[in-house]
Amino acid sequence: MTTIYQVDKFVDAKGQSCPMPVLMLAKAFRDLVSGQILAIGATDPGSKADMSAWADKTGNTLLDMVEEKGVFTFYLKKA
Amino acid sequence: MTIESVGHDHITLTSNLERSVQERVDERVDELVQERLHRLVAESVAEQIAAAMKKDPAKNKVAIIASKGTLDMAYPPLILASAAAAMGENVEIFFTFYGLNIVKKGGAKHLKVAPIANPAMPVPMPNIVGMLPGMTPLATWMMKSQFFGKHNVVPIEQLLQECVDLGVKLIACQMTMDVFGMKAEDLIDGVEVGGAATFINFANDAHTTLFI
Repeated sequence: MTTIYQVDKFVDAKGQSCPMPVLMLAKAFRDLVSGQILAIGATDPGSKADMSAWADKTGNTLLDMVEEKGVFTFYLKKA
Repeated sequence: MTIESVGHDHITLTSNLERSVQERVDERVDELVQERLHRLVAESVAEQIAAAMKKDPAKNKVAIIASKGTLDMAYPPLILASAAAAMGENVEIFFTFYGLNIVKKGGAKHLKVAPIANPAMPVPMPNIVGMLPGMTPLATWMMKSQFFGKHNVVPIEQLLQECVDLGVKLIACQMTMDVFGMKAEDLIDGVEVGGAATFINFANDAHTTLFI
């Protein structure tokens, strides 16, 4: 069963290579308020580890990662 | 033997035999109290140290020296710096020697990579070919469009701008600027000028220090 998230912002990082997905994520996160959820789509396989490391380091939460046909969608919640 | 009185921390026993028992009891009580105190203090100190280490600003500091000026070697410092800055870290890049090519006006666009004596390049080229005129521009073009470009890796100019946008501090080495005849006006905007001590000062408090 997949959870449906109330996404407040979506970032399209498909086709972008490291370090762009993480940079785009950081910039987009600046505009969020605490508790809001952001979804970011990426195709770079390295982004799987990067998103998790980013969340870990910044104290935000990586809620979920959904993979579909080579596109990874990450759901992150602002602390 | 009778029990004369019972108090909070001791039982007073009468008669001589009881005096040595009394001593033994006191001794043992002291031992146990000491042990307990030591354990409590050690736990409390460990907790405080862990809390202090968590808040240590050095954990979030990254000091990078960028000393190379070829296209391939310009990427590592900028990628690492921008990624760290994206994670909220305090990043400084110290550009020295050929790294100055990256931060001089118009420099980022004209960085090159030479195929000669570069056996690690993805498309190996014999040195006797690599030394021919035009081979360096060819290798540079290949790297830019066929390798980085095809995989959507942003060009150096853009990466540099991302670094600036994310608050990465760029410092140019005063000494090598003088040696190569560069002046402050020759650098792009937003680059400070400093010396070795400037870098060491920052790097001392940075858990992550890289020489590229």
